[in-house]
Amino acid sequence: MKGGEAIIKSLLDQGVETVFGYPGGVLLPLYDVLYDSELRHILVRHEQCAAHAADGFARASGRIGVCIGTSGPGATNLITGIATAYMDSSPVVAIAGQVATGLIGNDAFQEVDTIGITMPITKHNYQAMKAEEIPGMIKSAFYIAGTGRNGPVVIDLPKNVQEEEFEYELARDIELPGYKPTMKGHPLQVKKAAKMILNSKKPVILAGGGIILSGASEELLRFSTMIDAPVTTSLMGKGSIPEDNPLSLGMLGMHGRKTSNLIIDDCDCLISIGCRFSDRTTGSIAEFAKNAKIVHIDVDPAEIGKNVDVDVPIVGDAKSVLNDLINVVGKAKDENKDHSLWLKHVIDFKNTCMPRLSFDDIPLKPQQVIKELSEAISHDTIVTTDVGQNQMWMAHYFTSRNPRKFISSGGLGTMGFGFPAAMGAKIAMPNNDVVAVCGDGGFLMVCQDLATVKEYDIPVVICVLDNRRLGMVSQWQKLFYNKRMSYTDLGQSPDFVKLAESFGISAERVEKPGEMYETVKKAIRSDEPYLIDVVIDPDEILPMVPSGCGLTEIIGEYKVERETPGEILYKPMDKDKGGD
Amino acid sequence: MDKSKTHIISALVLHKPGVLQRVAGLFTRRGYNIENITVGTSEQENLARMTIIAKGDEKVLEQVTKQLNKLIDVIKVRDLDPEITVKRELCLIKVHTSTEKNRSEIIQYANIFRGRIIDVSPETLTIEITGSPEKIEALIDLVRTFGIKEIARTGPTAISRGNKTI
Repeated sequence: MKGGEAIIKSLLDQGVETVFGYPGGVLLPLYDVLYDSELRHILVRHEQCAAHAADGFARASGRIGVCIGTSGPGATNLITGIATAYMDSSPVVAIAGQVATGLIGNDAFQEVDTIGITMPITKHNYQAMKAEEIPGMIKSAFYIAGTGRNGPVVIDLPKNVQEEEFEYELARDIELPGYKPTMKGHPLQVKKAAKMILNSKKPVILAGGGIILSGASEELLRFSTMIDAPVTTSLMGKGSIPEDNPLSLGMLGMHGRKTSNLIIDDCDCLISIGCRFSDRTTGSIAEFAKNAKIVHIDVDPAEIGKNVDVDVPIVGDAKSVLNDLINVVGKAKDENKDHSLWLKHVIDFKNTCMPRLSFDDIPLKPQQVIKELSEAISHDTIVTTDVGQNQMWMAHYFTSRNPRKFISSGGLGTMGFGFPAAMGAKIAMPNNDVVAVCGDGGFLMVCQDLATVKEYDIPVVICVLDNRRLGMVSQWQKLFYNKRMSYTDLGQSPDFVKLAESFGISAERVEKPGEMYETVKKAIRSDEPYLIDVVIDPDEILPMVPSGCGLTEIIGEYKVERETPGEILYKPMDKDKGGD
Repeated sequence: MDKSKTHIISALVLHKPGVLQRVAGLFTRRGYNIENITVGTSEQENLARMTIIAKGDEKVLEQVTKQLNKLIDVIKVRDLDPEITVKRELCLIKVHTSTEKNRSEIIQYANIFRGRIIDVSPETLTIEITGSPEKIEALIDLVRTFGIKEIARTGPTAISRGNKTI
């Protein structure tokens, strides 16, 4: 068997059905095998979209996404997507072509040091120097990508290795003596955490992306219900708890819900699960949850104590540790678990500051657009976002009810992520509707892949929230840089309706309240790719916590659903009032 | 307490190309300083031992070891306790010798430090010395007055005393 065949065979052995890629010189042997293989290959129009699509595929389904790019520029074009997957712990296997082994190091045509470049942005990477290494390498790559803290793995494949003949042997058990992720939490630590939680008066759970990655949503809801603890989430944790559940407070952080930001400040016990305390989530570390003891559960030991000092660390998989906690806490006396007064206090406050969504303004307010979008889609619709205001509006105003249904580039904040990720999500989950919410800036970075969704008939709905500017950067310029709008005006953006139509894709412009709902319904019904250009108010600002400030220092008007006279003030709950 | 202590980190790693780059890259990327790093074979055929000397407070050190442990090619990492660790370095010093008197003086110094003369030329002597970095520093200081032409040091490698392994 040739190396190229071995790659395809090994991918099929791993259960891979679809790969996203773009061929090139050194990949000719591999693509020659792909030509009549049963592996489905989606030809993207830029390698970056292959990586984002593989990432979206992985996030939507929990299966491992695979992307392929050629050597040199093909590999460097994958980089942004690989780094995006790395920051958000998404299991992606990226295969990059490489010049023949004899040419490596000679600055050959389209040669780049892919291993060196991807070292800091992958969980691990491999270079195959002999064809016989391929089966074991691919098996290991999939194992590493999808276990422990998930993450991308790169395989660098020189051209001659793809052509080399060898005796194919099914990969035996893989040996990775340096890789043994801890999945089960230490029982003593679990007991300590349980004790701390039972002794607290005002517990809050902070759920991160780890809940979604480990499939622990059910356990999260059971545990939070058991101890009457409200749940806030990081951006990556959005959807880990149904956000229409009374226990859910919505997202925390720089653009978080007012309730979450103020409650975190008051709580006396913070249980963080699968969240890495990014600066966007915590604001000023000195101010963050300053009244609370912190339990930190994470599968990656290096996350514990990295940003925030922790009282009880537990290294382990979210689902497994939550089950253990449920067991231990379950045996405690009922009155110890009772934090219902605290919960009521929190919910009462939450009800005073639910963000206002209904606006009849023209140009449209993003809140109104998101409200109509929410009403038009089902609960199992997968929504992806781009990065910037569109993302934070969605994170703040959109009610996500299920895990893996809100997909966004959190850590790296990659503009151009939303649309190709939606493409990948739709391939992974063909029975779910998929909607990408993008900004005009980010969408323009990847719009060439309209050709891909057209060619393969991938029915994603693309909503471009079109304010003709780089909204988030201009928001900062307005607030912190004396309104000097340096290079954030995208006035010369194309007519997105015509752009889509030139790819043969139906498109429509939405400008008035009510139109969004109808158009989204129509777009989903069409079961074809569809673009909606939503003209929105360019001056709308999302309330925010300035960089480096404590989470309670929210600036910008926080418009609420039910107006009450005067400013909404939060009164911390008296410690003596809580259950014991 | 000095917050920025010097630590000796001993790591067992897979003996294959690129591992040094992974380790060194991790230090740079996370903003940790390596003062010294030595790599060589270990008691196990497929494993190499790295001895890394790094400065930092406890928190930095904890992060360093955790991040090192995350590397797939790193098998084991341990911060060695300086109290029960022997640390040795090899140093070669090429000293300028203008006169016969200088020559004998240098040889005497080398002998006192249990060094050896491993090369002689009409105008130079090369000393080989092993020991703790402090001892090597002391000899270097002594022979500096004669004029040092070149110094090659391996950087310290280290191992725990007694039965203990990492």
